[in-house]
Amino acid sequence: MKNETKNKTVEYGRYGYIFLAPFFVIFLIFQFFPLVYTFGSAFVQTVKKGRNAVETVVGLGNFSSYVFVKGSEVWSSIGITICLWLLNFIPQILLSLLLAAWFTDIQCKLKGQGAYKVIMYMPNIITAASIAFLFNALFQVQGTITLLLKRMGVPIPSNGVLDHGWTSLFIIAFIQFWMWYGNTMIVLIAGIMGISPSLYEAAMVDGASSRQQFFKITVPLLKPILQFTMVTSCIGGLQMYDIPQLFNAGGPVVNYKGQQLNSTTTIVMTIKKYVESGAGQNVGRASAYSVVLFVITLAVSMVFYILTSEKKEKR
Amino acid sequence: MSQMQINMTQDKKKVKLTAPFRYVICILLCFLSIFPFYMMIINGTLTNSEVQVAKYFLPKSHWFENFKGLQIWCQNAQIISIWKAMLNSLIITVPATILQVYFAALTAYAVTVYNFRFRNAAWAFIYGIMMIPMQVSIIGFIKVCNLTHMYGTMWPLIIPAMAAPTTVYFMKQYMEAGFSVEIVDAARIDGSGEFNTFNTIALPLLKPAMATQAIFGFVGSWNNLYTPSLILATKKKELGTLPLYIEAIKSNDKQRDWGQIYVALTIAVMPILIAYLVLSKYIVAGVALGGVKE
Repeated sequence: MKNETKNKTVEYGRYGYIFLAPFFVIFLIFQFFPLVYTFGSAFVQTVKKGRNAVETVVGLGNFSSYVFVKGSEVWSSIGITICLWLLNFIPQILLSLLLAAWFTDIQCKLKGQGAYKVIMYMPNIITAASIAFLFNALFQVQGTITLLLKRMGVPIPSNGVLDHGWTSLFIIAFIQFWMWYGNTMIVLIAGIMGISPSLYEAAMVDGASSRQQFFKITVPLLKPILQFTMVTSCIGGLQMYDIPQLFNAGGPVVNYKGQQLNSTTTIVMTIKKYVESGAGQNVGRASAYSVVLFVITLAVSMVFYILTSEKKEKR
Repeated sequence: MSQMQINMTQDKKKVKLTAPFRYVICILLCFLSIFPFYMMIINGTLTNSEVQVAKYFLPKSHWFENFKGLQIWCQNAQIISIWKAMLNSLIITVPATILQVYFAALTAYAVTVYNFRFRNAAWAFIYGIMMIPMQVSIIGFIKVCNLTHMYGTMWPLIIPAMAAPTTVYFMKQYMEAGFSVEIVDAARIDGSGEFNTFNTIALPLLKPAMATQAIFGFVGSWNNLYTPSLILATKKKELGTLPLYIEAIKSNDKQRDWGQIYVALTIAVMPILIAYLVLSKYIVAGVALGGVKE
């Protein structure tokens, strides 16, 4: 009898594999193989000879001639991407934390919280492409926001902000901030609600002020969520494409430390440029750039992994 | 008075001062969220020259005129019409969302209900690949599309949705909290086949989680610009999705009429805006769920 039941579980276990199969087959074809292929292509150069494209294995050639050279656009565009991320993430996390603290403050209950959340989150769900073009339209020389800012006395260059390298960088960072703080805020509110109320009660009995409660209870206990938010935001930020592409298509050329570069061109935009250009001749180059992006993304995830596993050990 | 009471009264005094300040900030931020969209809608009802003076903040009557102009301009510039773009977006997004949610549920079910040798390994693997962005493997992705003759079709935007690790993760979380495996055993005793049990018994129980994930899956696919721009845009313009349409009218910058452009943006934004306002309660709750996962 016992043997029979055992056999039965083994038999059912088979279905586990069957049900997992579609996911893994599709994953292998559309995610795993592409990743391996991209890595492989990074070591290949394609040269056009007459009508045929000839592929030769060049080892680290793509890296030595395109990545690890002085003034390589891969580093400048990664620098710009990180810059854009920092400029939007730092104010975003600070504002979200502040709002989350306000919305969960039991001593000062704000009315209409539901509505605030819904409205503040709204930009996050709208198509980023549409938002970027909307801001492009509003920031034209004769655009609504440009004119309103001028009327308020804000000094705006006569050729508008879109053609102004660093200003457009700040505006893109602002758009990202504007799209994402609502999301982060809701996540943090959920995190704060998950903290046991007895901790706050105990702190109040001990005479802790709201400020002390916030910095001594809320922030330390939110740390895992803050870390998680930071890493997902960073990985997402490294892939930034829609907003800079449709806001001002990579921005005007600026002179930075003697180097000519497009002020808002992110790393993904640089990769895409080489994916699309010249009948496969730049595939090696684009792949090498993709590998660089992958390694950076992996490093960020690793940092997160180490942080979270440390936390578990302490427990 | 005890220390606690002193603190409470002090805090209450402070509250009287801080509450108005907090309201002002919140209302200001709400204004900031709405203003660009409000101006988008208003500007769509103005003529080109009225848009460019920024003096009209209430709707006028030029919307239909602008819309007709937009359609003619798109035709002349050989850009597909906005309705066609919206239809294309739907044709891609609806099946992609259904596949994504269904197969995520199936995958989560497999690692929750069944006991097999590589169960933990499979789960660890799915968890591990969650963070890999698809942008880093785009060259290989295009290669796969070429090899399978799917380049320039909608298939590469639909089929990969079957393997969505993040959705699987959420489904698994939900099942762990609120799905009892005993139900599966009961179904077995009643003679239900395994696949049948999943479809008729497990799926209905997973409905709330599937609905939430479907909303986010739909939005993600609907808003996607990067992959379609590489798979569809270069070859077949008539398959363009809504974000590609936006990109097309943006890059065609000869003889621009801003009234018409704002109309295009309004129509493009409206479906998701309305859906959001209707479903906002569930969406905000779903976003909150995303944070608690650690």
